[in-house]
Amino acid sequence: MKKMLLVLLVTMAPAWALAAGGYAIQLDEANIDPTNKQSLQRGARLFVNYCLSCHSAALMRYERMGKDLGIDEKLVSQNLMFTGGKVGELMTVATAPADAKEWFGTIPPDLTVIARSRGVDWLYTYLRSFYLDDSRITGVNNLVFPDVGMPDVLWELQGWQKPVITTVRDHDGTERKVVELELEEPGLLTPQEFDRAVRDLVNFLDYMGEPAKYERRHLGVKVILFLLVFLVLAYFTKREFWRDVH
Amino acid sequence: MAGNTTEKWQGGLLGWIDARFPLSSMWYDHLARYYAPKNFNFWYYFGSLALLVLVMQIITGIWLTMNYKPDATLAFNSVEYIMRDVNWGWLIRYMHSTGASMFFIVVYLHMFRGLIYGSFKKPRELIWIFGMIIYVCLMAEAFMGYLLPWGQMSYWGAQVIISLFGAIPGIGDSLALWIRGDYVVADATLNRFFAFHVIAIPIVLLALVVLHILALHEVGSNNPDGVEIKKNKDAKGIPLDGIPFHPYYTVKDIVGVAVFLIVFSAIVFFMPEMGGWFLERDNFFPADPLKTPEHIVPLWYFTPFYAILRAVPDKFLGVVAMGAAIFALFLLPWLDRSPVKSIRYRGSVYKVAVAVFVVSFVALGYLGTQPPSPVLTNFARLFSVLYFAFFAALLVIPMFEKTKPVPDRVTSS
Repeated sequence: MKKMLLVLLVTMAPAWALAAGGYAIQLDEANIDPTNKQSLQRGARLFVNYCLSCHSAALMRYERMGKDLGIDEKLVSQNLMFTGGKVGELMTVATAPADAKEWFGTIPPDLTVIARSRGVDWLYTYLRSFYLDDSRITGVNNLVFPDVGMPDVLWELQGWQKPVITTVRDHDGTERKVVELELEEPGLLTPQEFDRAVRDLVNFLDYMGEPAKYERRHLGVKVILFLLVFLVLAYFTKREFWRDVH
Repeated sequence: MAGNTTEKWQGGLLGWIDARFPLSSMWYDHLARYYAPKNFNFWYYFGSLALLVLVMQIITGIWLTMNYKPDATLAFNSVEYIMRDVNWGWLIRYMHSTGASMFFIVVYLHMFRGLIYGSFKKPRELIWIFGMIIYVCLMAEAFMGYLLPWGQMSYWGAQVIISLFGAIPGIGDSLALWIRGDYVVADATLNRFFAFHVIAIPIVLLALVVLHILALHEVGSNNPDGVEIKKNKDAKGIPLDGIPFHPYYTVKDIVGVAVFLIVFSAIVFFMPEMGGWFLERDNFFPADPLKTPEHIVPLWYFTPFYAILRAVPDKFLGVVAMGAAIFALFLLPWLDRSPVKSIRYRGSVYKVAVAVFVVSFVALGYLGTQPPSPVLTNFARLFSVLYFAFFAALLVIPMFEKTKPVPDRVTSS
């Protein structure tokens, strides 16, 4: 079988030291399309299915999500809310923080504004960079976030990856070690389908980070057009007043 | 100034008020018969723009206060509540966060204007001093405001800056403790910073702005030629090169306001984070006292001084150098004794010195944002020396400088 490679070029030595901050990793571009409602809807579905059981998005309301993404309120409460409750509620999580701490060694961070702090490229690369590592209690590790506490929750979609370490020679002659991730056991989705699914999910996370973003851009065009007209009027008013100044 | 006693006030409501309050005379003294030089150029927009931003900050600040919670457990979430659940909350918040950075841009340009046209020189020393105090208050205001969103950078930035006070020998630790109100930055710190940010400092700022403008209107505005327009008056005592501030400069400043608002809106609506310069990425992580970010930097408007602080190997001396970098600006009127005000009529050595100073300031600003490294630290040292060398040069240059003749009247604008 042709192995589809998910390639991440990483300089070995500093990578392990610096990767927690994501500096040494070449991040893949997420290329999200925030205007694509279907992508956002698919992302929302992935989010509530795979993320929301451990992570909260406690600053976001289901109702707002439904309204912005064009999902009917009924559909939101039937398909996207597993906890019951009202659509006006916040996307909190049932897991008690103390339990989470015991299970994962850390409390899973709230994801409401995670796209604003991590950036979409980081998230897109991170979610696709889990690999098998027997030394970890979860059985997996991550290239972008070494020794992360989170298990590979998307494994059934992606399958399992293993690291392949090779040595490459740079054009200036220095040798460095490179980690590539190779699919060992395929998942339910092909690599292309999986990349698209992660892109949808990241697209949704980006939306959730700032739900007003599209409203803001929309309004911005009108405001600036108004100001341009105002500028022309102000300029000619000034010129008229200043005609007698020599 | 005092020319209005000859006016016979009208009757009616205005007359009634004028008999009890100097409304008309204030209008005349500060606007309609305040004669400003007719040759103001581009650099003269930034005073009125600073006033505009101040008003915007106060108004958006009032509305933010209506939903913001100054409580360590609620602050971060309340900001996101404003961004999501409050009608137009995102707009108010972005106007305020963008306004903070734009305030410094406008004020730095305004100060640069004062520097190159000698607007700090006799008889305008007090205007400059009031302005410098405004600038220092603005830094305090921005620093305390930045803690309020209670993100990681808010928290650790405050931790670092307050710990600078700890470098003062003897009383340092107690002083830092007294400022924080706790052993680390905590709820008590947030509450007191909130109090200072929304009440104490804004009041002082407003009072200082009034003093700044009163002092300016007492002696009259300088101009790009550095000529005193009051030396040439017509028979009525009106400066020959002066035009009434209103309507001439009000309509002109409105053009500046329009341009400014276009730039401001472009940021607010299309890039409110300004690539991490106005809103830092790390500040979208809630403050965590147990997790120090790898790279703590203050916002860009503090970085020139932060770079000077880091350039000095000793922490206390670094704090002293940083303080001196700001204090040196206060002394400008007494350091630069050249009788020629405007850069237009000064020698080339002076012009080079100003250019080197600007480059140093901008370079330090950049270096202050970067993680320290031996090479960058050496650059920071070089530019710190050049920064201070400028003030020394100001003392020396007039001793040998060949200035050009200053005209009696302003040149055409």
